[in-house]
Amino acid sequence: MKEKIIKLILLACAFVSIFFLCGITLTLFTESLSIFKELNIFKFLFGTHWYPTRYPPELGILPLIVGTLVVTLGTLIIAVPLGVGTAIYISEVASHKIKEILKPTVELLASVPSVIYGLFGMVFLAPLVQKVFNVPIGLNAFTASIILGMMALPTVASIAEDAISSVPKSLREASFALGATKWETITRSVVPAASSGIIASIILGLGRAIGETMTVLMVAGGAAQIPHSIFDPIRTMTATIAAEMGEAPMGSMHYQALFAIALVLFFMTLGFNILADWISHRRKV
Amino acid sequence: MKKILVLLMLFVFISSSAFAFKWPWAKKDEGTLTITGSTTVLPIAQKCAEVYMDKHSDANISVRGGGSSVGIAALLDGTVQIADASRSIKTKELKAAREKGINPVGNVVAKDGIAVVVHPSNGISEITIPQIEAIYTGEISNWKDLGGVPGPIVVISRDNSSGTYEVFNALALGGGKVREDAVVLASNNAVAQTVSQTPSSIGYVGLGYLSDAVKALKVGGVMPSNATVNAGSYKLARPLYMYTNGNPKGLAKQYLDFIWSAEGQSIVEDLGFVPLR
Repeated sequence: MKEKIIKLILLACAFVSIFFLCGITLTLFTESLSIFKELNIFKFLFGTHWYPTRYPPELGILPLIVGTLVVTLGTLIIAVPLGVGTAIYISEVASHKIKEILKPTVELLASVPSVIYGLFGMVFLAPLVQKVFNVPIGLNAFTASIILGMMALPTVASIAEDAISSVPKSLREASFALGATKWETITRSVVPAASSGIIASIILGLGRAIGETMTVLMVAGGAAQIPHSIFDPIRTMTATIAAEMGEAPMGSMHYQALFAIALVLFFMTLGFNILADWISHRRKV
Repeated sequence: MKKILVLLMLFVFISSSAFAFKWPWAKKDEGTLTITGSTTVLPIAQKCAEVYMDKHSDANISVRGGGSSVGIAALLDGTVQIADASRSIKTKELKAAREKGINPVGNVVAKDGIAVVVHPSNGISEITIPQIEAIYTGEISNWKDLGGVPGPIVVISRDNSSGTYEVFNALALGGGKVREDAVVLASNNAVAQTVSQTPSSIGYVGLGYLSDAVKALKVGGVMPSNATVNAGSYKLARPLYMYTNGNPKGLAKQYLDFIWSAEGQSIVEDLGFVPLR
């Protein structure tokens, strides 16, 4: 009897997440799809002008999609080498003492609220970028990438570190026995063996970058344009939803368009996750 | 099993009793007022509610932000008694209200001036409304066209659903399109902060956000200040509203009377807005 109840409760727990996911998907569809009765979906996806509050509204989200992708790419360029490097250092190279200091410090980075990263970016990093690179304004894709890279770093580092640490000791010993140096062992045996975990860590970091809202809202500059350089201000999809949802009257075209952006974002992350899953499974075989 | 049953019963008992009786420390229900709306008006509504409740312990006022449109929509739905708005009600909203038998009345509680600001090192100290329009729509993009030191103008604006943007857009741009590469920031503070750090920038903020870190420009020869906003000579100004259904009555009236009193208006001034004379 008792076991049955516990089993039932656990089952319910497991299904709650599915229930929520279905609810989210359903809401996104019902709130956004009616806009496509009035608006061509290609005009929405590939239009280059975002003026939602004008009359008639111009609802083209290509600049927002490009902005999101640019920032995500920039984040990866910063977070992947730093994160994977940190992971390799912590698990393979660092002495016990350094490891004890470094690991919690990196993990502490993950617990800093994103609004604080945003403030740091606005007040400290943006003026610095503006001076060092002599650009008109420091709130741009480059600064946002650096900050988001810092935010994704602990995710990448700690999950990659778990993956690397869980590579069996016998593999390293076999490599040493064959006369490989420490460096050869790391690059030729340990990292390839942990590659599916490392890829998973990168995808999760990427998820953080795509979904991050507060920081890009504060630091990326918010210009709904297709950037010509990495130093141009840009606007992401999440920042647009965050900045405008509060004041978009329910049921208006603007409101529906914001939900439609969320839907596009949902499919983008879904696509990335399926891709990641496919890569990590293929590598495992 | 028994334990679970007992817990469940306890839970049901507690949750039902929460509806059945009031906690002894809950405020007596002699007056409840719910306010929602513009984030610009929010500090006034919040601070005045706090001071009012300190004086009248039987009053219960809850204040939320959400934006002007959200506030007015809530007023039309009948979920709030007061809707804060940093713009006047739109014809569309008024039509919807009439259909629901609601009669929105705009009570002006303060005024807000929008100051056009540049970096303190900028040599320019005066601008006209047509020049502002030309800068924001992209016709002018170099400071030399305004008689300043040659260099590109970094245009800073607010997101297109903020009340400040709507008013600035209507008063200064005549509804024109803001250039696409304009930097768009989410708050008055962010604009002030960024302008103070960016020598070639121009932005606009509420009067309460002026400080030594930025330089306010004369618009059409008039310096933005409480006096010029009230006199109507400074053109980039707007009234701030608290909308009620019909003329305010009951607690809503007492609360608004408090805001209109000398004490309420001094709170308004302390918060950086322009008090009504």
